[in-house]
Amino acid sequence: MRSGTPTRRTTALHGWGRTAPTIAQLVTPRGVEDVAEAVRTAGERGVIARGLGRSYGDPAQNAGGVVLDMPGMDRIHTIDQGTGVADVDAGVSLDQLMRAALPHGLWVPVLPGTRQVTIGGAIGADVHGKNHHTKGSFGNHVEWLQLVTADGSVRELTPDGPDAKLFWATVGGMGLTGVITRARVRLHRTESAYFVVDTDRTDDLDGLLELLTDGSDDTYGYSAAWFDTTATGARLGRSVLTRGSLATVDQLPANLRCDPLKFDAPQLLSFPDAFPNGLINKLSVRAFSELWFRKAPRRQRGSVQNITAFYQVLDVFGGWNRVYGSKGFLQYQFVVPRGEETALRRIVERISQSPFDSALNVFKRFGAGNDAPLSFPTEGWTITVDFPITSGLSRFCTELDELVLATGGRLYLAKESRTSPEAFAAGYPRFDEWKAIRDAADPAGVFASDMSRRLKLTL
Amino acid sequence: MIDAVGNPQSILLLGGTSEIGLATVRAFASDRPMRVVLAARPGPRLDAARTELEALGCGVETVEFDAAQLDTHAEVVRTAFAGGDVDIAIVAFGLLGDNEKAWTDVEHAVELAQVNYTATVSTGVALAERFREQGHGSIVAISSVAGERARRSNFVYGSTKAGMDAFYTGLTEALREHGVTVTIVRPGFVHSKMTDGLDPAPLATTPQAVADVITDAVRKHKELVWAPAPMRFVMSALRHVPRPIFRKLPI
Repeated sequence: MRSGTPTRRTTALHGWGRTAPTIAQLVTPRGVEDVAEAVRTAGERGVIARGLGRSYGDPAQNAGGVVLDMPGMDRIHTIDQGTGVADVDAGVSLDQLMRAALPHGLWVPVLPGTRQVTIGGAIGADVHGKNHHTKGSFGNHVEWLQLVTADGSVRELTPDGPDAKLFWATVGGMGLTGVITRARVRLHRTESAYFVVDTDRTDDLDGLLELLTDGSDDTYGYSAAWFDTTATGARLGRSVLTRGSLATVDQLPANLRCDPLKFDAPQLLSFPDAFPNGLINKLSVRAFSELWFRKAPRRQRGSVQNITAFYQVLDVFGGWNRVYGSKGFLQYQFVVPRGEETALRRIVERISQSPFDSALNVFKRFGAGNDAPLSFPTEGWTITVDFPITSGLSRFCTELDELVLATGGRLYLAKESRTSPEAFAAGYPRFDEWKAIRDAADPAGVFASDMSRRLKLTL
Repeated sequence: MIDAVGNPQSILLLGGTSEIGLATVRAFASDRPMRVVLAARPGPRLDAARTELEALGCGVETVEFDAAQLDTHAEVVRTAFAGGDVDIAIVAFGLLGDNEKAWTDVEHAVELAQVNYTATVSTGVALAERFREQGHGSIVAISSVAGERARRSNFVYGSTKAGMDAFYTGLTEALREHGVTVTIVRPGFVHSKMTDGLDPAPLATTPQAVADVITDAVRKHKELVWAPAPMRFVMSALRHVPRPIFRKLPI
């Protein structure tokens, strides 16, 4: 044993939804050799990598096995101003990368609802952002990655090289093809760290769909709506659509022009772990939804906003998942293909009529998907809702699964925490193809997670 | 794995023909069918249980299990885990016996003590080992209010349940740091084949009602529940009644 081998620490781990914790041996690697060593000595219950724990369910847990705590590997090797490519360790967070890239006039190409995601996690879940309709998902912007595979060897993969199949199986592969240790990501140029934002309030779902299909949506780099799940009848699906693009210096007000690339995203406060269960209920969700809808301008053009105001509102609050209390919550995110708007309407109706209340609801149009067999985004409509864990929720979600699958839609693994193996597989027609690539790379099943056991993704 | 909404994917029922045990499996299966391992003596009752659960969509395996054969228990548990993780194990076997016979007949007393206490300890140790390795899951031990304070009318049974209850209470603490929840269930009088022909006590309940208490407790990670819930207050009061008065109570 070489000196300084990382120790194993017995730890209870759960996802961002704070449900179904399990116990694992947590190992903090400091380099690719530590990762390879941990993979080679993983033992019967296997190993999985974990980033910042923002997946809602259990993909970064491994009951009885080893979990690699990747944020310890957080070196930014280079950011090439000429090519716009960042070469970074997998444990680097998007927040960290953004802060480092901005002074070069470079912007992280795909940002999900939080910047507290590692590069490895962003690739493993193939995350998407408000710009999916223009830029695709995270995997589209990775030009090289380093992967420690089941035999402890270090592989280098590119999207169209000899190992392209393993590359695309790793994108969206939830860490089950190996441990991503380093990647090169293409960044985008920007003149400022601000957005120019247009806001439209729509009175119903049809109004929202019209704005998203009249061609105007393609003129914005970024677009997503909040919608009200408590509104029914004629107001069903009423929403606040915010769309914007990165601002040029000319578009900024005078006071921001002197330092346009300043990273303007403070964390205002962090929530303590002292919230009771049941705080998110019919009354509070209704009140919040009414307020959120009313406070939005009916139509506003050209408002300049920083990243938290426009994009990552929840990053302002540390530990916001605690608001749901000790029982936790789940996020239900699905996509319904374009052309299935009637079915989509029925699903929105079903949610609004149900006794389950969700406040933070996102509606977004997806552009075309990529080559990764388990990548979630596909051309169509995606909806995200949050439900506190209450009795009866299980059956309701199973019902939603059936409605979603009937449209040819699917569920998102980074959010998933309760579906059946059959329902998951039914949404991903290329699942068998992914599994064949995975099983060839890891025939003994070294990589395993609570999610892979629950959804029968491996073995 | 037990998922975010508390649904298991596999259950091991030790005492595979127990009415409370089977009612609990059905209650979980009504939300989602799962893999069920029934550990019991072979026979028509086991066959009927298998058929019924298969009709609900469950995949059923059976393992031959005799509570009195202590040296086979480790192997029974090993076999049950051979097909993958067990999310919930229910220790549901036990004998009520005949109290008057039991305190006057060594053989009957020992039989009760072996099945209700020694065998639950022996399976408990084997279960604990496997659950510790897998780092997650729930063990449900079906105890009895009779173990809370032994009464003249069923003190042999009560004493065995008191021992079993104490063992699993300790196991709750020992396994907590390994990510495993142990839930002790203390039912009162339950209308079942075990109590057939006996006069029902106050607050008598049914296997289905006990099963609902158990599923709720497992989903909420509760470590001690009473069925029905008010039994907790009744027994809490009875435990503190002075002995001269206690022996005169019509219980």
